[in-house]
Amino acid sequence: MSAGVLFDAPGPKARRRNRIYAVAGTAAILALIAFVVLRLQGKGQFAGYMWDLFQYAGIQQRIEDGLVATLKAFALAAVGSLVLGALLAAGRLSDHRAVRWVATAVVEFFRALPLLILIFVLYASVFAPFWALVLGLTLYNGCVQAEVFRAGVNAVPRGQTEAAYALGMRKSQVMATVLIPQAVRSMLPTIISQLVVTLKDTSLGFIITYEELLYAGRLVASNTVTRGGYPYVPVVIVIGTVYIAMCLALSALAQWIERRGRRSRKGVVPVPAEADAVVAQAE
Amino acid sequence: MNVLLDNFALFRHGFIGTVVLTAVSAVLSLVLGTLVAACRVSPVPPLRIFGTVWVTLLRNTPLTLLFMIAVFVAPQILFPGISYFTLAVSALGCYTSAFVCEALRSGVNSVPLGQAEAARSLGMTFSQTLRLIVLPQATRTVIPPIGSLMIALTKNSAIAGSFNVAELFAQQKRLSEIGYNILEIFVWIALAYLVITFAISALFRLLEHRLAVAR
Repeated sequence: MSAGVLFDAPGPKARRRNRIYAVAGTAAILALIAFVVLRLQGKGQFAGYMWDLFQYAGIQQRIEDGLVATLKAFALAAVGSLVLGALLAAGRLSDHRAVRWVATAVVEFFRALPLLILIFVLYASVFAPFWALVLGLTLYNGCVQAEVFRAGVNAVPRGQTEAAYALGMRKSQVMATVLIPQAVRSMLPTIISQLVVTLKDTSLGFIITYEELLYAGRLVASNTVTRGGYPYVPVVIVIGTVYIAMCLALSALAQWIERRGRRSRKGVVPVPAEADAVVAQAE
Repeated sequence: MNVLLDNFALFRHGFIGTVVLTAVSAVLSLVLGTLVAACRVSPVPPLRIFGTVWVTLLRNTPLTLLFMIAVFVAPQILFPGISYFTLAVSALGCYTSAFVCEALRSGVNSVPLGQAEAARSLGMTFSQTLRLIVLPQATRTVIPPIGSLMIALTKNSAIAGSFNVAELFAQQKRLSEIGYNILEIFVWIALAYLVITFAISALFRLLEHRLAVAR
């Protein structure tokens, strides 16, 4: 914690000052939340008739279908990106220069492109929305996962490789039995963090009219007319909560694995997902 | 028929749109990110909780959802008729600020403990320690990740195109709807993005060189 070195343990005067800041800060944050809630209430967004739509079986079904569609795209893209990532990482670590160059070119190209542009091109050229989304997510996240795998393999201490070769193992044996198990172990939190990114990015399907959760929500909201107008606010609140809950659950899994790995004394220590994923996740 | 030459005005409009959108959101995200980072390391618990919640929530929210909140919910809270550009900037800025905050925090954490301890034992005050010892060293480690974040921001700004902001993706969509060959459009749009991202990475490399010290 950086706070520990930046300032002394507070004395009586500083404690009093901190207490004033705490009260002022809490008041400011509560005032902000109250402002948001009151404004929304003032516009009648919390009135019963705005939320009635969630009681209809048809609308519940639509949202459920959207959720299933999101999870389906995520599952396929997750598996696809892990497989592609493994292949590209193997390519980048290859001893043959040509293979290395091709893999590097592919990884750099797809990482430099905005994912939305890629998905839209796939959609506008040949693919159905579902496959455009899955393929785009697979290509982009596969390239990011390849970099994660590669970093993991490179982080295994050199002595491990040397010892394996000295025991007479072949190149593929060294990779499969010595390097990859340790690399996956140390990189698991980062790999899962990247899966959170994949899950978040399934929402881009909204833009190419793939009927995932956001799209279903928007359709429901724009097809329902209540006394207070279109119920966009209730729908965004419900759908947003579902999305954030899913992503938080997956992030929590990554953190749990990281903490669990740190407890053990043997082998390589998992790299905290925060360190490199901070940048990767923004993409 | 050349897509680029026939529609040069459209491309230029989109290119400038992306650059302006990225630049304004970048400034917002850096300012917000610094404020939130200050909250996260402050000795005042409520502010620390606020910073943690801000970062955790925004990092686990899809950007498209954030755009929907900006477009459908924000006008209800504030007032109707906010321009789409402003809404897009606030969505992009808030989203990126969470990542900027984490980059800044890990930058400050990367300064060895002994540095701050030495400064404190020389009798420096809190602000002197921060200004003369910690921040100058933290800046150097923070610059590369901030550069990558700005590149990610440029790529993320494409989402604004489908929420009525005139930028590169919006033009790609428009030209494709007019009936131009999508692959031809794609080449030029991709090239435009590469120009912007290369410019950003060159800028940050320059900054890195300027600030580098021989140890």
